[in-house]
Amino acid sequence: MDTSTPSAGPLRTLGLAGRSVTPLAVTFVITLIAYTLLQRAHADYPSIVLTVAGINIIMAVSLNVVNGFTGQFSLGHAGFMAIGAYTAAKIMLGLHHSQIVGLSPFISDQIFFFFALVCGMVTAAVAGLLVGMPSLRLRGDYLAIVTLGFNEIIRVIIENTPFLGQATGLSGLPRITTLVWVYMGVVATVMAARRLAESTHGRALLAIREDEVAAEAMGVDTTGYKVRAFVIASAFAGLAGGLLVHQIQLCTPRSFTFIRSIEVVAMVVLGGMGSVTGSILAALILSVGVEILRSVQEFRMVVYSLLLIVLMLTRPAGIFGTRELWDLLPRPFGRRRASPAGGTP
Amino acid sequence: MTEFLQHIVNGVSVGTIYALIALGYTMVYGVLKLINFAHGDVYMVGAFCGFYLSNALGADKDPSLTKALVVFVLSMIICGVLGVVIERFAYRPLRQRQRLTALITAIGVSLLLEYGFQLPSIKALGFPFPPGPTPRFFPQPFTTIEFDLSGVHLSNYDVVSFLLAVGLMLMLQYIVYRTRFGTSMRAVSFDSQIAGLMGINVNRVISGTFFLGSSLAAAAAILYAGSRPKIDPLMGLMLGVKAFVAAVFGGIGNVPGAMVGGLALGLAEEFVSGYTVSSYRDGIAFALLIVVLLVRPAGLFGTFRPEKV
Repeated sequence: MDTSTPSAGPLRTLGLAGRSVTPLAVTFVITLIAYTLLQRAHADYPSIVLTVAGINIIMAVSLNVVNGFTGQFSLGHAGFMAIGAYTAAKIMLGLHHSQIVGLSPFISDQIFFFFALVCGMVTAAVAGLLVGMPSLRLRGDYLAIVTLGFNEIIRVIIENTPFLGQATGLSGLPRITTLVWVYMGVVATVMAARRLAESTHGRALLAIREDEVAAEAMGVDTTGYKVRAFVIASAFAGLAGGLLVHQIQLCTPRSFTFIRSIEVVAMVVLGGMGSVTGSILAALILSVGVEILRSVQEFRMVVYSLLLIVLMLTRPAGIFGTRELWDLLPRPFGRRRASPAGGTP
Repeated sequence: MTEFLQHIVNGVSVGTIYALIALGYTMVYGVLKLINFAHGDVYMVGAFCGFYLSNALGADKDPSLTKALVVFVLSMIICGVLGVVIERFAYRPLRQRQRLTALITAIGVSLLLEYGFQLPSIKALGFPFPPGPTPRFFPQPFTTIEFDLSGVHLSNYDVVSFLLAVGLMLMLQYIVYRTRFGTSMRAVSFDSQIAGLMGINVNRVISGTFFLGSSLAAAAAILYAGSRPKIDPLMGLMLGVKAFVAAVFGGIGNVPGAMVGGLALGLAEEFVSGYTVSSYRDGIAFALLIVVLLVRPAGLFGTFRPEKV
């Protein structure tokens, strides 16, 4: 793999840790600067658009793990988002008046928020396990209908549970999601997705996508790998949910309808199923596009549906297909290495 | 006891509707191995066809049996044609591709119908099309007469729709198992390539299947809207998913299975909402689906065919 990493034990561990920490640290510095500048300029609107775009990127990239890498089809990503969101919101509301001893309120809140987000990821992952186990034993199209049903059921359950605020939802959440939090989440998701694609696990997923029967014949535990991919994707959807509700300070079932799931699917399909950079680009295009086309809101879903049909009929691979951005760059700049997510587009 | 009987009456009345829609899913899945996501929305279009036709014929002000029949048959034909058109333009070009691509276009068509119908009406047409997101009231094709059989409430709608639904199912059973078209349909369902080599026009059979399934959905829509007259562009979404569950429960690809599955789901929903909390009603179908997938993925009457290379 990476030949520059020293093979000695402790140094190698340090190098690997650095590979994980460096992108996050760099993002932290960059977004902190951007955030401060935007705050200084009182540019609330661009900041909100960027936050929403970041949340959409997390959703799209995590859904790509299921729909793109593994070739399954989930239509209920917003359901897992809801689970993560409600978990994080409940925890933040519960810890509202507490503070860690010896720390300033600001730092203590940030630590609580991190804890809440992680809890949201865990509950969403457990839900993903429960939904994925029965439906992923069968062929991919069952997953589509089960997840669609699941998305609706989650909404029905929330609307009938007083503990979760029913249809009015949970209000009074602290506005703690910032650009920094969102883009740290984005980098974590993208890193997880790319590393997954390059790992043994990822190769098994790609094998399942290309030919499930052949993969099984080669000794790939297809159901196990599919379920694990689904659980990972659900966890990151939960993260996106937790971030979203602490941005809009309100957690209602209306934020997590079937429409949101479809938006995410449209992003993944547009970007190219199996391409992480494609998903990022498509999420950015669609999130900013929605802001520009705000005056014609009622046409939004019609445009999404036409986009899905026309793309499938003319260019079913999406913008990038299964390739990544750097596979398309000219040679001097591009890393001409056989991308594991690649293969024949 | 009367309560129990009443639940059975209500359950069967909803169950026949599920069964009619489930037939469309199961037949299309049989020949194409595709979950036709747009089927629930064809059902919705059927309801709106009935709505527009009744208004055009004046059946809302002056209902008569002939008008009701004309509305019923015309809606079935229009929806049948819609099904054929959807297949021709959205699914046929993708038949040789991966199955996932056709599934995505199916979802696209479904969304297009749902949200296209929610757009504001075009003024120049003279009638409210597209209908927009607010629910509309389906005109009654004939006046309701309530029967009271020792405490069990039953309306003439329930009787008529039950008889019509059973009639349509018997007709379908005849078509699938007794006619030349039905034989070729079953042949295509078994192996479309070999059926093509044997001289069956596969494209025509698939179109015919879509016509049958979609017209049954329209029939279901009008029977349903006759007694529960609120119709809106999103009415097919949940009902479509439930009918699909009914088809899976009975064994997808299996025609009698879809009928049994529909009735079973209707009764299960009615009993759960009658004896426990009524808001759990929408959860039943989902729970049932999970149980079926865990215990018997091929469904009640289905046979499990291992995937071949």
